[in-house]
Amino acid sequence: MIRTLILLLSLWIGVAQAQIISVEPEYQGRYNNLLHELRCLVCQNQTLADSGSGLADDLRLEVKRMLEEGLSDQQIFTFMSDRYGDFVLYNPPVKPRTWLLWFGPFVLLIGGLIGIRQVVRANNKTAKSNMLTEAEKKHVNAVIQDRDD
Amino acid sequence: MKSLIPALFFFVISGFLFVGLYKDPSLVSSPLVGKSIPSFNASTLFYPDKTVTQADLIGEIALVNVWATWCPACKHEHPDLVALAAKTDIPIYGLNYKETDKAEARAWLRDEGNPYAFSIADDDGRIGIDFGVYGAPETFLIDAQGVIQHKRVGVMNDKIWQRDFLPIIQRLRREAL
Repeated sequence: MIRTLILLLSLWIGVAQAQIISVEPEYQGRYNNLLHELRCLVCQNQTLADSGSGLADDLRLEVKRMLEEGLSDQQIFTFMSDRYGDFVLYNPPVKPRTWLLWFGPFVLLIGGLIGIRQVVRANNKTAKSNMLTEAEKKHVNAVIQDRDD
Repeated sequence: MKSLIPALFFFVISGFLFVGLYKDPSLVSSPLVGKSIPSFNASTLFYPDKTVTQADLIGEIALVNVWATWCPACKHEHPDLVALAAKTDIPIYGLNYKETDKAEARAWLRDEGNPYAFSIADDDGRIGIDFGVYGAPETFLIDAQGVIQHKRVGVMNDKIWQRDFLPIIQRLRREAL
């Protein structure tokens, strides 16, 4: 009974998963890589490899067809971005429109490093000004000595 | 001055987030705008023996509307398309995208009105892929040379027609004079 239930449940989960398309072994590696680099536009946060939408099925078949026709990975990416835009590429090309995307994190990193340097410097300065002068040190030592005696 | 830096940082981030708040992530600008319509060779919904190609869409300003009976939003937009077809002389061509029930599609157009000059039968969705279709209904505006001038993803209605399509059509007509 339980076994049947588990089996049924696993079938039901299978419905929402990507339809499996068999590819010749010689293309399998490239096929898998390509699918993980392409976005499904129907369910935008999934790759073509994960998506169970009808369009994703069609596009996987297209990828398979293009592989069999001997197209290069770059040609397949171009095929996709010609139709759906750079948005379908999980690895978008570097161009003026995507500069912020590519270099923004580094700008933030450099800004953060500069910020840290400023804070550390300021702390050092206050730490130095908080140090005792020679006269004060002598006085403190004298007080301590007095108490010990 | 130094205390302004975090404030500045805050406002820049807030600015980005604020703009992002009003953007619809499902709208992806099409790289096909400015390019010629893709070539195709297909039959039509009502005439399975007839062949139509991209050449049949080219010659005057026209709309290409992607629809199917499995698409609820297409049913929703249908009355607006029928009304639009009645009031404009711009032809509307249907792209019957991955139709699951052709008999129902034909009955639907007979009963609810047919705004289309004809509907291209894109049974396997191949033409849709070349048009970059990802969410029916979609409506393309093409000029007399067959260049895509605008793409609408989502339902078409009079408000969108007036706001997004008419200004482009008027510009195209001015340029053609």
